[in-house]
Amino acid sequence: MSSNTAAAHDHTHDHTHDDHHGAPKGLLRWVFTTNHKDIGTLYLVFSLLMFLIGGGMALIIRAELFQPGLQLVNPEFFNQMTTMHALVMIFGAVMPAFVGLANWMIPMMIGAPDMALPRMNNWSFWILPFAFTMLIGTLFMPSGGPAGGWTLYPPLSLQTGNSFAFVIFAIHMLGISSIMGAINVIATILNMRAPGMTLLRMPLFVWSWLITAFLLIAVMPVLAGAVTMLLTDRFFDTTFFSAAGGGDPVMFQHIFWFFGHPEVYIMILPAFGIISEIIPTFARKPLFGYTAMVYATASIAFLSFIVWAHHMFTVGMPLGAELFFMYATMVIAVPTGVKVFNWVSTMWRGAMTFETPMLFALAFVILFTIGGFSGLMLAIVPADFQYHDTYFVVAHFHYVLVTGAVFAIIAAAYYWLPKWTGNMYNERLGKIHFWWSVISVNVLFFPQHYLGLAGMPRRIPDYAVQFADYNMISSIGGFAFGLAQLLFAFIVWQCARGGVKATAQVWEGAKGLEWTLPSPAPYHTFDEPPKIDDSVVAHGDVAH
Amino acid sequence: MTHADTPNPNRYFVPHNAPWPIVGSIGMTALLAGAAMSMNGTAAGKISMLAGFAIIVVMLFGWFGQVVKESVNGYYNSQVDTSFRMGMIWFIFSEVMFFAAFFGALFYARVFMVPWLGGEGHGVMTNALLWQGFDPVWPTNGPAAVGGGFDTVPAFGVPLVNTLILLTSGLTVTMAHWALKVGQRRSLVLWLAATVALGFFFVYLQAEEYIHAYQELGLTLGSGIYGSTFFMLTGFHGMHVTLGAIMLTVIMFRAAKGHFTADNHFGFEGVAWYWHFVDVVWLGLFVFVYVV
Ligand code: HEM
Ligand SMILES: [Cu+2]
Repeated sequence: MSSNTAAAHDHTHDHTHDDHHGAPKGLLRWVFTTNHKDIGTLYLVFSLLMFLIGGGMALIIRAELFQPGLQLVNPEFFNQMTTMHALVMIFGAVMPAFVGLANWMIPMMIGAPDMALPRMNNWSFWILPFAFTMLIGTLFMPSGGPAGGWTLYPPLSLQTGNSFAFVIFAIHMLGISSIMGAINVIATILNMRAPGMTLLRMPLFVWSWLITAFLLIAVMPVLAGAVTMLLTDRFFDTTFFSAAGGGDPVMFQHIFWFFGHPEVYIMILPAFGIISEIIPTFARKPLFGYTAMVYATASIAFLSFIVWAHHMFTVGMPLGAELFFMYATMVIAVPTGVKVFNWVSTMWRGAMTFETPMLFALAFVILFTIGGFSGLMLAIVPADFQYHDTYFVVAHFHYVLVTGAVFAIIAAAYYWLPKWTGNMYNERLGKIHFWWSVISVNVLFFPQHYLGLAGMPRRIPDYAVQFADYNMISSIGGFAFGLAQLLFAFIVWQCARGGVKATAQVWEGAKGLEWTLPSPAPYHTFDEPPKIDDSVVAHGDVAH
Repeated sequence: MTHADTPNPNRYFVPHNAPWPIVGSIGMTALLAGAAMSMNGTAAGKISMLAGFAIIVVMLFGWFGQVVKESVNGYYNSQVDTSFRMGMIWFIFSEVMFFAAFFGALFYARVFMVPWLGGEGHGVMTNALLWQGFDPVWPTNGPAAVGGGFDTVPAFGVPLVNTLILLTSGLTVTMAHWALKVGQRRSLVLWLAATVALGFFFVYLQAEEYIHAYQELGLTLGSGIYGSTFFMLTGFHGMHVTLGAIMLTVIMFRAAKGHFTADNHFGFEGVAWYWHFVDVVWLGLFVFVYVV
């Protein structure tokens, strides 16, 4: 291990003498870069920006819903906000954040000099700002932005004004970017591992990304197909989704959710990987059941292809299909349960400390599980007949996505920031950020369960007065949570600017190749493949 | 370190300073925003599309030109080669899934939608109330006979000829590969030329068939679900054949210039894989769109 560190130091030394290889200066560095760390940073910063923009949209929604009646925005704009909020958060905040983490960490975790296809890596990122300019720009068109929901169901979505084609093409661009990013991740993991880094020695974050990348390549083209059919139905006389011509709007839902359900796992599997890295570090124990984790992740990915119609129970499917999709959905609870069990067992009798990344990871385990349970409730066909399209669904997916995916991303940021910047973040502020977030997020989303069970529909700017109290509470939680994230942005900014210097290992219990590198990690790492032995293998040491 | 200016077979080649991706993004945005503008009836859309297309062409020449230069100058070791191969394989897989969406639409239409509209299963009330008298037989343009009456293209005319053309072209490209492996450059170029010719001949026949369908058969993109699935599937396939044939042309000129060696020719193989993929998709089309 020490020899690796020394080797890495040598390289840093070299680089300072070689103007080809130090970090170039100026703005163009970021435009032309092929360096996985630069591109990782670009993705992460972009994602934070989108998180704040999407958060602003959410607060417009919550402000309007603070009281019954129509106060602040007109219903048309309200619908544009629900649609855009989802698109921005899914494609702009959560997915790019995970790709950014993959860029930064995967090469360092498997001992590779960079991503497998560095130029394409640059392109994957640099499509995003253009696509989002186009997408968000539609809000400023005379017809306004899309307002039919992020799921773009026809016939409603086909009534969108002039912004429609721009939205479809923006989605195409996002898909192209995701596919290229995923191809890069797969090629990197399969082809760039240092000798001795066998598949079953890889850190779980790498495993989860390998499987996620497969899901991405399998389903993003299907989304592209679905929205292409929408486009031709709208502009070129096809009738895929119109019964008069022999088509069927329900078919769109099938194609969309064939993409959509794996998509939700695309947003949670890398989160599982992150949590599987953080918990062993702060419990100071190897991960319990490493191989079981790998198999569980793979089975979740497989099952995610055969459950899509649980989003469509009320649309009018044959009974046999309802039953099949109900049972298949429930089966996913088994591998998911395996994961939760293993995280808890890892902590069992561990020597635990509770730094900010660990706090977020713990909150993830508990709150994601709540989201999983509400998912199980939704999976029960007769129950879903009542819950569908209510705030109960909104509560469900915000527990899995905000306290799940987003909390994992925040945990990852705190966990690896010292490695990226060379500085420790402010732990006191981090803890404040955590408690403020974890309390406000529950104030924000927990009441939405009750609202949904009581029958409040989703995507509605006004509501009956009996829903007033819980909506007000939820809105207060929303603004508090939003404010907490500004604190997060500040903590990140502060950490990037300076602070207590971090050691190479950063965390006492941290294991794995990335911690053998100095902090901040030099611009180029592992130009020479490192030696892999058990001392540098992360918590997935199969010998345990 | 992997110096950008000195080939080193022991190190993985990591390029520096890539100017082409951002050019590609600008081109893609101009092209797509222009297309969106045109669809909304804005005249400037066409100009933007043309500019975007031109920028993308320049980007492709620049980007691939650079890669070819690096490859010929020996910057790429076998590990880089493997990365390229994996990239191509997974790209083709994504294309397969794109076609799967449209094949899925075709199957769903034929197996579920049309019978339901005809009153089968839980569609009985819909049929009785909305579409009484609809005869659910494929090919159909739906209960409202959208687009008016039409005839279909018989499978065992031009489509069969096209099937034979593509199958033969799969053979010729394999012959070219074989020639490359034994170092017969002349026959490599000739077999490639044959493949390119067959590819473009396929596209020509397909275009003739479209004109025939539009002008004489009354079959258009607007002919209900049959026209939608027929033209979208065969149209996207035709676009892929065109692209594949252009790529083969480039490979042919490169081969004539002396590029590729018996054991280092990823560019050739990547395009050949792509060609086989286009071939296989066509077989699916022939069976499920034309014959069945
Ligand atoms: C324990 C596993 C899970 C089960 C059983 C489950 C089940 C369901 C069901 C049945 C619905 C449809 C509800 C309805 O519309 O009536 C749903 C919606 C949703 N779920 Fe889950 N889910 C699970 C995990 C997840 C995860 C991990 C995510 C994302 C990270 C997620 C994200 C979503 C989203 C975004 C929606 C709403 C989509 C929309 O209509 O806009 N779910 N879930
Ligand atoms: Cu789902």
